[in-house]
Parts: sequence; structure tokens; C-alpha cells
Amino acid sequence: MAGKVNIIGLESTAYRGAKTTLCAGCGHNAITERIIDSFFELGVQPDQVIKLSGIGCSSKSPAYFLNQSHGFNSVHGRMPSLATGAVVANRKMIAIGISGDGDTGAIGIGQFVHLMRRNLPIVYVIEDNGCYGLTKGQFSPTADLGSTLKTGVINDLPPIDTCALAVELGASFVARSFSGDPKQLKAILKAAISHRGTSMIDVLSPCVTFNDHEGSTKSYAYVKDHDEPLSDVGFVPYFEDINVEYDPGTTTQVTLHNGSKIVLTKMAEDYAPTDRAKALQMMHETARRGEYATGVLYIEPDKQNFLDLLGIVDEPLALLDQSKVRPGKQALDQIMESFA
Amino acid sequence: MSVTAPSEQEVSVGSTADRIVNDFAIQIATVNGSGSQTANLVLLRSIFQMGVPVSGKNMFPSNIAGLPTWYTVRASSKGYIARKKEVDFLVAMNAETAKEDVMTLSPGAAVVYDEPLKLKELRTDLTFYPVPFDKLIAPVTTDAKLRRLVRNMIYDGVLSRLLSIDMAQMEKALRKQMGKKEKAIALNMNALKAGFDYADANLPKRDPYVVEPMEGKTNGMILIEGNSAAAIGCMMAGVTFVGWYPITPSSSLCESLIDYLKKYRKDPETGKATYAVIQAEDEIAALGMVIGAGWMGARAMTSTAGPGMSLMAEFTGLGYYAEVPAVIFDIQRAGPSTGLPTRTGQQDILSTAVLSHGDTKHPMLLPASVDECYTMAQEAFDLAERLQTPVFVMSDLDLGMNTWMSKPFEYPTKGFDRGKRLDAEKLKLVGEFARYRDVDGDGIPYRTVPGDGMPPFFTRGSGHNEKALYSERADDYTNNLDRLSKKFDTARSLVPKAEVDMAGKGGIGIIAYGTSHWALIETRDQLKAEQKLETSYFRLRGYPFNKELFDFIDDHERVYVVDQNRDGQMWQLIKLECSPQQIVKLRSIRHYYGLPIDGRSLTIELLKQEGR
Repeated sequence: MAGKVNIIGLESTAYRGAKTTLCAGCGHNAITERIIDSFFELGVQPDQVIKLSGIGCSSKSPAYFLNQSHGFNSVHGRMPSLATGAVVANRKMIAIGISGDGDTGAIGIGQFVHLMRRNLPIVYVIEDNGCYGLTKGQFSPTADLGSTLKTGVINDLPPIDTCALAVELGASFVARSFSGDPKQLKAILKAAISHRGTSMIDVLSPCVTFNDHEGSTKSYAYVKDHDEPLSDVGFVPYFEDINVEYDPGTTTQVTLHNGSKIVLTKMAEDYAPTDRAKALQMMHETARRGEYATGVLYIEPDKQNFLDLLGIVDEPLALLDQSKVRPGKQALDQIMESFA
Repeated sequence: MSVTAPSEQEVSVGSTADRIVNDFAIQIATVNGSGSQTANLVLLRSIFQMGVPVSGKNMFPSNIAGLPTWYTVRASSKGYIARKKEVDFLVAMNAETAKEDVMTLSPGAAVVYDEPLKLKELRTDLTFYPVPFDKLIAPVTTDAKLRRLVRNMIYDGVLSRLLSIDMAQMEKALRKQMGKKEKAIALNMNALKAGFDYADANLPKRDPYVVEPMEGKTNGMILIEGNSAAAIGCMMAGVTFVGWYPITPSSSLCESLIDYLKKYRKDPETGKATYAVIQAEDEIAALGMVIGAGWMGARAMTSTAGPGMSLMAEFTGLGYYAEVPAVIFDIQRAGPSTGLPTRTGQQDILSTAVLSHGDTKHPMLLPASVDECYTMAQEAFDLAERLQTPVFVMSDLDLGMNTWMSKPFEYPTKGFDRGKRLDAEKLKLVGEFARYRDVDGDGIPYRTVPGDGMPPFFTRGSGHNEKALYSERADDYTNNLDRLSKKFDTARSLVPKAEVDMAGKGGIGIIAYGTSHWALIETRDQLKAEQKLETSYFRLRGYPFNKELFDFIDDHERVYVVDQNRDGQMWQLIKLECSPQQIVKLRSIRHYYGLPIDGRSLTIELLKQEGR
């Protein structure tokens, strides 16, 4: 039975990966599904994608989508540096990096900070459950103050807001979503994939085994109750005509580098996703109320990305031929002369 | 050489019998940041231009300004370019160290010093030349800042007169050093002349040291530091990705590489760069980027020193197990911990051979010369891709940062070896792609890279089977580790071969590597001339070892292994693979006080162990 095909003639099965080994009901699996949907619906060639990750439950998930893409499950907290080398070495590839809240917020915070600064073109997803799942449930740095573990341990340190950090540091697309909100998450992912800069998405993703209980602020129940969508996120790929069903008075439209558009239908007052200071203020305020602002929090579509900054050739560096990368004898003679 | 101790009265000017020509070491003691580097390099270069083999060694503090620094210029008609143990001619400019510097000289040495330091009274067995530097610099310029900068050129002028170094060569060297800065050249020339004139009028020659023009030893040669040489090698090897983090003594490698790439690696049509250099946030990230780029198929490298090597351990293990090419230069310095960041050593040999946790082992290339920094840089990229693993080039501070004489480097004649990359034709031949399958029986599998149109695979640092699928099965794990060992055995014949000089079987053999080579040349000459002792020499140039090394041990009665570290690290590494019969033959000579190794100390130690 032939299924639905996308714009490049592939079925969605072409975007699937190996069978998940995560717990049943894990939020990460729902994110995996949205990633598959997004790449399928955008009609991205799977062999034009690289999947990268660090270590942890989250970092296992690149094995569960896009089987026809190269993937690299590396070392704990170091995916940003690996991704930097990989993306710079072949600028034609679309990179998606999957990390977790421990992988990013604890061991990997140093590399995360510098990835955001560089505005490297990559979709950087934090599958954020506030705990270490693979080592059986210890707190991570995104766990909220006062939230409890299944064992009764109370978290007594304030959380790191990875979105606020990313905005502060220079990421040009910052969003937060919830694994249990497929519509919003998919729209954000598709916009992120179309953006040519660092797209940082913090996805609240409850850990059903260790952190989905009363007292946890990363449980399904808590996030559902405290999710404060800033707007309805709509995404229109460059190959579709934009329709006019949005009321211009209540929408903000952002055109991405490849011509795709994000259409945000306002819910919150004074919400301007292109104003860095306001975005930060809004994040602080919702956090103070114990709520999660979700949606596209900040976007700077034309910010110069790291590849342009480096001034490298259009052809992938990794595929340059010897004739292009070994200078001629004259060059060596000239250098030798300078030391004579 | 022998230094007899002529008293001040005994040495007559120009008497040929007492002259020591082109065979001595000049040490200049200054304060860091006082601008002595120009004066020192002009001195070195002018002697070199007169045809005399030279070497220049900088002993500097881990500091930008204010701490003592010593620069040694050695002239050697025989072409010895290792550090010379004895200082024959001291230029004492640093009040803080002057007394100690003078007290440690051997009898017969000469001292040029800043007059107010009043050193003359300290010893009667040295020749002293006081020079009033402040008085001489006053008429050169009124600008106090410039005075400080060109003041050191005065000692070059004094030395020019005392050692008969041609002033025209000094000027030529100065011009080479300064480029087109005419005003600066004029100022320096005035200081140079002031020194020369003062010495001419006031300092009659009373020491035996003289520079005389020579032929045939330096013609066509270059003067270069190992780090620059390695940078040129990397560029010629077609490096496309550099990730690095500043650290002494390796920074100048990537910094000169950046300069060369900017000049010679722009796309002629678009003017865009055919390379990327990223200064990373730390050494962990530097190697992470290199592994990421290498995985994509780029020729990627980093350069670091001891502390950076410790940080790179984690990614090195990933590179080894996931089989990703990477080139890592370790410009070794004296550790442990921060140690002596500006002093030399060969202290990372053992830790690098097995860097990272778990069962790991890594190829190391061991350059001894600036020329080998250049050629081994190129070999390292070929090997890394051939073996699909991190490859280490083990240089050191002495080689990397000091100035060495060398023949000009030759343009590479061989094309790149990009290793076993799968293409459509090969895929047809092997039938099915399995990333970690040993198709050819040499332990080296075929690989594909993203964007090459070949089958993809999932790379991971966790357990995997030959199809690169996650596996915790005992047989998958063991098969993979055994294949990696087989690959390492393949590397034995691929790393640079040793240079062997046999004196005949049965006697004394010496194994050395890296910069120890230059001291070894002298030691062997000394043993032969002074003790009638012939020695065989095995200059190790790569790890893993091969059969030749063990044959060499078998062929000799006693074999000395020379290390520039406390624990005899190479000696230990060799012993790991030796039979009990071989182990008892091995003896260890260690040099580890931070200064470059010298021939005389080696000779003394070897003779001590020989019981002579």
C-alpha cells in the first residue's frame, strides 16, 4: 500500500529510524515523531541531514529517526564542538543536534554557550525532563527550585533557563515547546529547520519513569497546566503559497532566509519575537509566575551565521580536491626564501 | 671542544695558537620584554650569514615582562646544533641574575656586561668587558621608550668588534629582521655602531673567541622554528579544518598556519577561504571540532601541549573507537600539571601512547628536525586517513620554538592518501557496506562520509558491531577490539621508519628520538674521539614499534634508551613489548631539567653507567 508522498516523492517511512529503546510514554519519543513529520513535510533529502548528539536518554534518540542520514552519538556534553567541526566541514548539510538538560545544562554548558555565541547553522533540541534518566533520576540543572524527586529529595538550587541563556548569547532562533503539544512543536521544528543560524529549542519532555509525579514541575500534568503559549505558531514552507486565513491585526509574520514564513497569532500582549530585551523580560516574568512561556520566543532571521563569518568557499571544505588545497611549488619557494 | 683557561694576560690579540674559531656558545641574559629578541636574532643570523653553522635557543620565563630570560647562540664549525653545556661568552644585561650567571661560567669564559653591575670583581679567571650601555644609548635617541627598545643592539655592536663578526652582515641581518621599516633600521644601526665604536676604542681583545667566514656549511640553508615548519607542512598536506586553543609552546604553530593559509589558500576565483580555523573555547572543544570535521571527511588538525593533551583524552578515545581521522600536534613542555610551561621535555610519551580510558593505543610520529616537522605533518594527515584514527605528532618546545638551521624543504612529490573511502565501484566489489568489517584483512575497514552519496551509518562511542549497530554482545565487542589491535599492527609498517647507524653487532647501542638526536650526534663523536668507543644508533621516528627495533636490541649487548623525562617513558614503552632477554639489555638515560639536552651531559651519564 503506497502511502502519502512529500514534495520530493518520499514516503514518511523514509524518515523513520530504528525502534526506540526508551521507556513507553517517554516525551522524547513524541519529539522523535515530530522530527520525522517535520523533515517529511518539508521534503528534506535524508542524505542531506546529519544527526548529532551527546550522551543520555535524549542523545539516544537520533538513532530513532532518519535512518538514511549519517548520525554521530558522541560524548557527554560535547555535541556542540563535534557539530561545529562537522557543519563547518560541509556547509551543505542540514544539522540537527539532540541534547538533554544534563548534557546541555551541566557537563555541556561550556560548549553550549559557545555554540550559541557562534550562531552556527544547526537545529539544537534540548529534550528537557529536569532529571538524569539514564542514571536513574538524579536532578539536572533545569530542575525547578523546590521540585521533588520520586525519592522525596527536594531540589534546592535555581534552574538554568536555557532559552534565556541562548537569547542572551546570540542564538538567532529560540523557542520552547512541550512534547505533548504536537501541533506547536511541529510548526516550531519546521521553522527551525528552515532557519540558517542556531535554532535552539527547549522541549519540555516529561520523564515517565523518574520525574512524572506530583511535586515535579516537569510532569505532564504540571506542564499542561502551566504552559503559557505566547501565540499560535504557524509555519508556511517556501514552496507553499501563503494563504490569508490569518487576521493581519493579530499576527506577526517572520520571513526566514529560504523564503519560508512563520506566522504567529498573538495571544500575549506586547509580544515581539524580534525584540531581544522584551523576549528576555517576558521569559523572566513567566518564569516568576511558575509558568512556561512556549512558542517562538526570539528570532533574528537575517543575523550573519558562523559559516558566512568564516568566509569559506561554497563547496564543502571536506570535499575539496587536492588541487584546491595544496599550494603550488612557487608558494613553497617563496616561503623558503623568507627563511633564507 | 676544549677550553683551556688562559688568564687575562696570557691571551694576546690575534695570536692564532690561542684562538678558538667558530666553536663556542654566547649567552645573552636579559629581562623578558626588554626587546632583546631582535638583537639576539640579528646576532644569530649574522654569524649564519658568514657561513658558520649556528643554533639559537631561547630560555624564557612564563611571563610577558620583567622576569629573567636567556638566549644562547651557538656557533659550531662542525655543525653541532644541540645546546652546548658550557657558556663561553656571556652578555650580562640583567642585574637580577648577573652574579649567578657569572659564577656558573667555566674558567676562561668572557663576559660583556652593563658597567654599573660591577661584575669584574667577582672572578679573576674570566675576561671582563664593561660597557656603559646607558651612556652609549643617550646620543642615539632622546626618546626614552625607543632607547629601551634599541639599547640591546649595542651588545651586538660590541660583539661584532670583539668576535670579528662582519658589521655588513649585522646590517644585512637587521634588514632581514625589520623588513622595510627604514626609520627603525636607522635607529638600530646607530645603536649597533655605537657599540662597535666603543669596543673598538676601549676594549682590547683579550679572549680567544673569534668568528671567521666559512664556506660550504650554510650556503642555501634556512633558519626556521619547528612550529613554523609544521604549519607549512599542514598547509601542504591540504588541511581544511583547524580547531585550536592557545597554549605555550604550541600557539605559534596554529598562528603561523593562520598566516600562511590567509596568504596561500584563497580560492583564486572567489577569494574565499579553502579552510576554516576556529579558536575553540578549550582543548576539549578544539579536538571535538576536529573529530567532527574529520568524520565529515575534512583533513582536520589541532595543536596543543601537555595540559591540552589531558583535556583531549576523552575525544581521543572516541576518535579511536569510532575510527575518525584526526591530526594532533603535541608540542611537549615540562609537566606535570602547569609545570614549567616555557621549558622543554618529552614528557607525554607514555600518556599519549595510551591516551584515554579503556583499551586504546595511538600512532605517534617523532620528529627530530624542523624538516621532519614539515614532512611528518604531511605524513600524519595521510596516516590519519589511512588508519582512520587520531595520529599524534610529538614535537617539543626546543624543536617548536627555537631557531634551527635546515636545508630548504622540498615540495611534496606524493599525492594525498585519503585512505579507504568507499565509492560505487568498491561498493559493488564488497557487495554490502559494513562500516567496521575487516574486508582486506589489515584491520582497516571502509568508510563513507556524509554527502558523498554512499550508504550512511550511525557513528557511536558505545559498543557496536561491524555494521555500526549498537551492540552489547560479547563477541561483537571482542571482535571489534581485536580488529582495532590488528589495525594497530598494520600501523607498525606505516609509521616513519627508524634511521639506523650500525657500528657492528655486539657492542653498545643507543636508541633516541626527537630533539635528543642532535645531542646524540655529539655524544657519539665524543665517545669515539675521547674513549675510542664506537656505538650503534637507532633513531626512532614512529610508534608503534616494529621488528627492526627489537632486532637492534638483539644485535647489541647493551642498549641505552635516551629520554627527556624523569621516568624513562620511551624506555618503559619499549619494555612493554620486549622479551625478558631483551629487557635486561635495556638501560635508561634521562634528562629532565627543562633545558634542551646537550651532548656532554649524555656522554657523562653513559660513561657513568658503563662504569668508565
